[in-house]
Amino acid sequence: MTAIALRARPPATGRAAAAFWDTADVAWRNLLTLLRTPQALIFATIQPVLFVLLFRYAFGGAIRVPGVNYVDYLMPGIFGQAVCFGAVGTAVGLSTDLRSGILVRFRTLPMARTAVLGGRTIADLARNLLVVAVMVGVGFAVGFRSPDGAAGLLAAIGLVIAFAFAVSWGLVALGLRVSDPEAAQAAAVPVMFLLVFTSSAFVPLDSMPGWLQVVGAHQPVNALVTAERALILGGPAAHDVLVSLIWTAGILLVFAVLSARSYARMGR
Amino acid sequence: MSSPPIQAEGLRKNFGKVTALDGLSFQVPAGSVLGLLGPNGSGKTTAVSILSTSLRPDAGHASVCGLDVVADAAAVRGLIGFAGQFAAVDPNLTGRENLVLIGRLSRVGRSQARGRADELLDSFGLTSAAGRLARTYSGGMRRRLDVAAALLHRPPVLFLDEPTTGLDPESRLGLWESVRSLAQSGTTVLLTTQYLDEADALSDQIVIINSGRVVDTGTPAELKSRLGAVVFSLGFATPDQAEAARAALASRGYQPEGSGTDIAVRSGSGSGELTQVLRALEGRAPDPASVAVREPTLDDVFLAVTRGGISQISEKGKAA
Repeated sequence: MTAIALRARPPATGRAAAAFWDTADVAWRNLLTLLRTPQALIFATIQPVLFVLLFRYAFGGAIRVPGVNYVDYLMPGIFGQAVCFGAVGTAVGLSTDLRSGILVRFRTLPMARTAVLGGRTIADLARNLLVVAVMVGVGFAVGFRSPDGAAGLLAAIGLVIAFAFAVSWGLVALGLRVSDPEAAQAAAVPVMFLLVFTSSAFVPLDSMPGWLQVVGAHQPVNALVTAERALILGGPAAHDVLVSLIWTAGILLVFAVLSARSYARMGR
Repeated sequence: MSSPPIQAEGLRKNFGKVTALDGLSFQVPAGSVLGLLGPNGSGKTTAVSILSTSLRPDAGHASVCGLDVVADAAAVRGLIGFAGQFAAVDPNLTGRENLVLIGRLSRVGRSQARGRADELLDSFGLTSAAGRLARTYSGGMRRRLDVAAALLHRPPVLFLDEPTTGLDPESRLGLWESVRSLAQSGTTVLLTTQYLDEADALSDQIVIINSGRVVDTGTPAELKSRLGAVVFSLGFATPDQAEAARAALASRGYQPEGSGTDIAVRSGSGSGELTQVLRALEGRAPDPASVAVREPTLDDVFLAVTRGGISQISEKGKAA
């Protein structure tokens, strides 16, 4: 009984491989959870679909964007809106795990520390891919034509997915601090609303009052939507894409560090 | 030289202004079950969280199989199983998926995790529910699944934090059986409980804690014997009568306890002492309306401890 064979510390490559598999296992668990609570997935998809229909048919007639078919202007905004609102699920899922005690159990297992957070954001990456794919389909059904062709559209989707991955780290940082899923949701939704609606996601910035234009022009969702439009509608895109990528990298860096720190500090 | 599987030395932990642990020390010998007994808020969960590496102590040391729970946390995690106060199973996974996931994360290989999961499902009576989502399980089933999940990598040391809280009597007995057979197979178990009968039924040693420190320790039999062999319960018609009886008993050197119309008197010499007790009342107080002789339970220990009267009892125990 006293002679317990301790496993030798695995070499660095072995540790990295183990961390990879731990992350994959946690991501798989989160995806199964997502698939088995289809209500959540359906609502995550229905909401942006409603936005498409509302802005295409109810409000769209009143919004004039010179030189562009409004539905082509709208869809890049919808992609950004869909992943921003969907990201709230990241915070809700994590704070649910926090409350249920599953995170405490994970912390007593010999698994990689990073797998809990990585598994969450990677599963959400898969969810975002699905939501964006559905939005592309819905967009085409209501007249979206992606004027600059498939390559531009795919590049724009790549930008959206990268941005969504970074944003989900922001919501991980939130979810780790709030052990009440409803509070997490209440905290996240207004932030996302503000970011989406002060951006040019649905209407051109120059239709807003001057002070709001300043706010709108200097925030990440606007940068994303602007870059997407440049890629989808055609024209010079390099600068806008670079600005969006810088925002994405900055958000990812700041919140991944914050999240990792608060996870490491849990239990102090 | 071998270190005890579980050792805590002077553990301190504050949460803001609340002192959860105030210099807690104990150890658990190999292959035994230690019951950490205490009321709500006494620090049981804090102690288990520190020992199972999910919480850091502010001061003091704790080790599992000689490995420090802070400095060697990663190695400690390979040696321990932990089942917390709330059944931490994933409601959206099946019973088997839950176990395989925890097995994988415990670094048991995939095929081994599957085999072990089936084994555990069988021994915890969950085989027929293995393919159902855990959200359809009863409280008892979730709890059993949770304990099974702690055992996937065959840990030599197991922590169970209030494993039967909220369980129906049958599930409770089933879990007791599982803990007993684990202990028989050589697993060292630390379990916390606020149920005295549970500590009595399962533990080789009991450590009673209150306000984050040890207030008494011993085998269940030792703790009970410190309270004397039997307790006489006397019931009176009115509080006044009981008061008179208390005074009479005290004047004869007894230490009557209880309030209102009830009096409890402990005896070290057995039920034969009843006649002396009743004689002590003769002429000084009315006859009791009811008299009962009972074995002391851990409730008696516990009540004495939480009233702060344990030093007295411990002295008596040493003298006896």
